[in-house]
Amino acid sequence: MIRFEHVSKRYGESLILDDLNLEIATGEFTVLIGPSGCGKTTTLKTINRLIEPDKGKIFIDDQDISQIDKVKLRRSIGYVIQQIGLFPNMTVEQNISVVPKLLNYEKARCNKIVRELLALVDMPYEEYAHKYPSEMSGGQQQRIGVLRALAASPPIVLMDEPFGALDPMTRRILQDEVSKLQKKLNKTIVFVTHDMDEALNMADKIIFMNKGKIVQIAAPEEMLENPADDLIRSFMGKHSKDQEALPQTAADFMRSDIYSCYRNRGVREAIQQMARRKVDTLLVKNLDDTYAGTVSIKSIRNHGKDLKTIEPLITQENAVSYVDEDAQICFDKLLNGQDSYVVVLNHDGTIAGIVTKTSMAKSLADAVWGDSQ
Amino acid sequence: MSHFLALYGKRLSSAIVTHFWYVVVSVVFAFVIAFILGILLSRMPKRANLILPVISVFQTIPGIVFIGLLFLYNGMVPSTVVIALTIYAIFPILKNTYVGIINVSENFKEAARGCGMSPFQILMKVEVPLALPSIITGLRISTVYTVSWAVLAAMIGLGGLGELIYAGVSSNNNALIIAGAIPAAIMALLFSLAIDFLRKALIPKQLRRDSK
Repeated sequence: MIRFEHVSKRYGESLILDDLNLEIATGEFTVLIGPSGCGKTTTLKTINRLIEPDKGKIFIDDQDISQIDKVKLRRSIGYVIQQIGLFPNMTVEQNISVVPKLLNYEKARCNKIVRELLALVDMPYEEYAHKYPSEMSGGQQQRIGVLRALAASPPIVLMDEPFGALDPMTRRILQDEVSKLQKKLNKTIVFVTHDMDEALNMADKIIFMNKGKIVQIAAPEEMLENPADDLIRSFMGKHSKDQEALPQTAADFMRSDIYSCYRNRGVREAIQQMARRKVDTLLVKNLDDTYAGTVSIKSIRNHGKDLKTIEPLITQENAVSYVDEDAQICFDKLLNGQDSYVVVLNHDGTIAGIVTKTSMAKSLADAVWGDSQ
Repeated sequence: MSHFLALYGKRLSSAIVTHFWYVVVSVVFAFVIAFILGILLSRMPKRANLILPVISVFQTIPGIVFIGLLFLYNGMVPSTVVIALTIYAIFPILKNTYVGIINVSENFKEAARGCGMSPFQILMKVEVPLALPSIITGLRISTVYTVSWAVLAAMIGLGGLGELIYAGVSSNNNALIIAGAIPAAIMALLFSLAIDFLRKALIPKQLRRDSK
């Protein structure tokens, strides 16, 4: 158990931790969350004495940690750093065995630990043990970062925004892996993040901080049900129950950086435009800026050689949608039709943009993984 | 050529050997001193920012002046040459050691502290290994310079390849000048290659990319 009693920390004028009192139970996954500068990272770093509080005491299993030698204390607490703190001059194996070596474990024992840990995250020893961090992806590096923290089997592991630099997919996978590891190894984990998704996904208990104080301590479900104040509610964002998803329209997904030309333009000019912009069709406007249709490179090639202007080649076969049309209907047009995009029109008949399959995929990704604000 | 070797061969080979030892001994001393000083300075970067420019001013005193002064004080003994060369060789290594250590990212140092390394362990296991590319670059600069500075030893009658050069200049003997200059150039090149080899042996190739 970790216990804070009246812990305060001040940097110059600003109070970072304001009389903090809290308890973290053994074997629990606790997430510290809050806006930047709320003191969550400072709280974390006081636990392994990377930061010393000005006032108050911290106990681990009823022992005052200010009485324990710093270096010894840190060797008994796992620490996963923000970004990637792997030592670039050491191989995976050397990185993982840093703490065991500091504790003077024998070579064979270190090697055994490395093999066991790598097996835990499905990274074969033969393939990865002798790689250097720069030879691996960010996700793999941070996995090793987590393993390094676990190497000397510390009962407590501190994690300071460990997945902040990873892409959403890898992040999700690593969250699940760490959750699994925690349950399996029964560690007490204190985890700092500013991402509520991450907190809800991993925590047994969430501690919400603001301005050096604790605003609310609750299990994820409870925090979702009864957020203590508006700040927490805004952090919950789309998870919160009282926020209905707005129906989305074609305009939400279209790209407006499109190219169009007037109907009285020459064929050569149209070809040049297509070549320059690397597209195979052009949107064509009437002289009053309303949508006239499209011209494709295919029709120009088949018939257009002798023509002066593109006018005779304009077709209106491409699927069309309006800005306030339901996005779902717009996507259906795209998926069921032959066209590579849907033209979105304003109500006055002018062109607003197009919806492509790429823009559709993006919106689906957002729906699955949340907005990448 | 054979005529030349018959005439000067012995002198040439002894000059090469003397020159070589001047360089090796001076650079080794310089390295030990500069490495330790560099580490000490990196523990107090504020003071280092005052001390380093002062040392670099000393560096601008011409070698001839310095070696001459030292000769007056210390006499015509090899140690005069070695002391002078050592002092000149210190600065590049010192500066690169200091800069290399100072530039180790705070991230790695914090990770090391968090793992429970003592300050000395952080230095030896993290800071020095990460600064090594820079340190070795400094070593190379010092060594190559020392090869050319060692020519000055002859000025106070203490041998080395400079002796052939000075003799050649004063007797208008071009062959003799070249006989001194070319081995010196080759020696600089060979030292440089040896240090390159050292660099490859000491630094994993994944860390080598950013240093020359």
